[in-house]
Amino acid sequence: MAATYHQFEVVVVGAGGAGLMAALNLRGRDVAVLSKLYPVRSHTGAAQGGIGAALGNMEEDHWEWHMFDTVKGGDYLTDQDAAEILVRESIETVLELEHWGLPFSRTPDGKIAQRPFGGHTREFGKAPVRRSCYAADRTGHMILQTLYQQCIRHQVKFFNEFLVLELLVDSGRVAGVVALSIADGSLHVFHAKAVLFATGGCGRIYQITSNAHALTGDGMAVAWRAGVPLEDMEFFQFHPTGIYRLGILITEAARGEGGKLINGRGERFMEKYAPTLGDLAPRDIISRCIYLELRQGHGINGKWYVHLDLTHLGRDVIESKLPDITDFVRTYLGLDPVKEPIPVQPTAHYAMGGIPTDIWGRVVVDEKNRVLPGFYAAGECACVSVHGANRLGTNSLVDILVFGRRAGRDIVRYVSENDFPSLPPRSEENAEQWLARLRAAGNGSGGRRTSVAELRDTLQREMMDKASVFRDQKLLAEMDEILRELQQRYQEVTIQDRGRVFNTDLVEALELGFLLDCAQTVVAGALARQESRGAHSREDFPKRDDQNWLKHSLAYRTPGGQIELKYKSVSITRFQPQERKY
Amino acid sequence: MQVKLRIRRFDRERAPEPYWSEYEVEAEATDRVLDLMHSVKWYQDGTLTFRRSCAHGVCGSDAMLINGRNRLACKVLVKELGKRISIEPLRGFPVVKDLVVDQQAFFRKFESVQPYLVAPEPPPARERQQSPEARERFDDTTKCILCGACTTACPSFWSNPDYLGPAAIVNAHRFLFDDRDTGQEARLQVLNERDGVWRCRTIFNCVEACPRGIDITRAIGEVKKALLLRRT
Repeated sequence: MAATYHQFEVVVVGAGGAGLMAALNLRGRDVAVLSKLYPVRSHTGAAQGGIGAALGNMEEDHWEWHMFDTVKGGDYLTDQDAAEILVRESIETVLELEHWGLPFSRTPDGKIAQRPFGGHTREFGKAPVRRSCYAADRTGHMILQTLYQQCIRHQVKFFNEFLVLELLVDSGRVAGVVALSIADGSLHVFHAKAVLFATGGCGRIYQITSNAHALTGDGMAVAWRAGVPLEDMEFFQFHPTGIYRLGILITEAARGEGGKLINGRGERFMEKYAPTLGDLAPRDIISRCIYLELRQGHGINGKWYVHLDLTHLGRDVIESKLPDITDFVRTYLGLDPVKEPIPVQPTAHYAMGGIPTDIWGRVVVDEKNRVLPGFYAAGECACVSVHGANRLGTNSLVDILVFGRRAGRDIVRYVSENDFPSLPPRSEENAEQWLARLRAAGNGSGGRRTSVAELRDTLQREMMDKASVFRDQKLLAEMDEILRELQQRYQEVTIQDRGRVFNTDLVEALELGFLLDCAQTVVAGALARQESRGAHSREDFPKRDDQNWLKHSLAYRTPGGQIELKYKSVSITRFQPQERKY
Repeated sequence: MQVKLRIRRFDRERAPEPYWSEYEVEAEATDRVLDLMHSVKWYQDGTLTFRRSCAHGVCGSDAMLINGRNRLACKVLVKELGKRISIEPLRGFPVVKDLVVDQQAFFRKFESVQPYLVAPEPPPARERQQSPEARERFDDTTKCILCGACTTACPSFWSNPDYLGPAAIVNAHRFLFDDRDTGQEARLQVLNERDGVWRCRTIFNCVEACPRGIDITRAIGEVKKALLLRRT
């Protein structure tokens, strides 16, 4: 089947917050938005607790305080030029959302309501501050809906259920993408002047995760295979409060509203580790403390979880301010958070790393931040880096909107100044061969069957054991070896569904390939980084080492499929690194 | 425990007519139906096809007919259903393959009610003010995830596929009762058309089907009332 060719000035890949925000800022240009899902199914919709902006609606607040918290939260790996943009522009962004109709919760006097969140403080760390602007515990849902509503209003063109397989590069410029239409199995070549990746994270490399099944690192892996490095992949955030065994997120807003973490001995253990912020310390710290408690046998009844206790908040607060998580707990655990504490464990949540970009969402490909013309990235798949070694709660929603918008605006400039690059001949050839191999694999060969599920189970289980909250040289080296073997076995993976129409068996096989690549970069970065910083915690190197490691990693794919690491400097403007205590 | 799944299949590349497949799956009472479907897809039959993403009831991908009721496969547990579970695609949408249905017409109807804030006045420098009471007025209908469970549970929609359906009306309601919005007139016109809100016969299937607990029939009633008040 021959590929179908399309031409658009701009192709946006991904229809979550970052992709839609970019598309809205590209109004009037010739734009196609590709998503492997249907509209409003993207994972932005699962964000719960709020979006951070120093509006000062409930108490005094300043963007400088927000910036400090973001930099300190990121354990000083945050690029401060980018963090300043993030926090300053978050204010106008939240107001713009309100102007577009987003139904924020309100204060008694009609302003956007705000609440405390982990790591967000007043006066540079003195006490928690109410900064998170929210709509109950459905803030991401409201953002995704509002952005999609605006896209309808402005008649944005969507290609739904299109999975991007390859980034096309010609003579040093991005020229488009190759995508699979899931509905009918056809290949499509999109010729474009500019391509924006807003494809989200890769949380499915881990067994216990808050991430949707769709979050398989597609954009990261596709960019990486095209020669783009991935930055800071060793930093992966575990959110402290996932529902036990399921990993479903229980928002930090539960603690923002006064919820307490309690171990098996009935202690509020966070007071011991973070005297000032306690249960509102940043996520990396709380996740580590939960692991420490669990390892000491301080889980509930000796099991691998602690309690998140909301019972003292009362039915009204719980049901009105945290209605969705209340529903989740009742549905999936069969218990009532009004009356009983919730069993929680850390859950893989967010990739701080990703495709390196500058403050305009332009993808940069080396230590000197050389731009790859025509290629943009925003949101979780990108690394600006505003989150450094650990992202603060609420800042992902800020990130997708602020940098989705900036990318959109810069693309407008870029496409007005540039013509279409030439399209490489037979652009679909690689993808065609790849799909043909997968579709034919195992057919009468008599060889052993290697199933996608089996490899993925191994990947997720082993990553959880060897490269999650705590790491060391031995475990990481083992994981590296396991990944090599999995990559080998992936070459002979087989699928059962041979059809063209809506072949999710094929889609899952492709996604597994993306996951393996992402996991490889996580482990390579983690193995090399001999220090502990933010979410990357090496038990054999427990201290932060600014002398040697205050730098971003860049993981390149060598032609042989191995990884080469390079490093680039961190932008430090207002806040010199200091010890991180809460 | 062993659970027997009976799943309605359709794959036009393999057979012209739908058929049933049966699978035995080892399950725990607290497993989601989606977990069982994954167990089949990953370890028994890779051809079984369905949509899913978030797996906890917020993305709206996996609405289907489960033991005779529209539900999200990720939000219904085995203990609610017992050891025999039947799964079929949503009724009234064209089937693409197995449990995957074509939702294009559904989304076009959603778009037809102008589901976005209409407020032509330039906004203030800060947020528009809105009282908590005014915000509460349309809270229920902001929860919609466009999964299609309500519309495909509605007998009025089954008998007349041109009917706007509950989901589109819910999304119109979300803006009609938002005091920041000034687009009522155009929206009410669409709702007042022959295949608009008056096709609702207050059967309440939609309320039972909604995985977000939206009181849909009430919202539709409020839209009808707004239309009646507008006429006088």
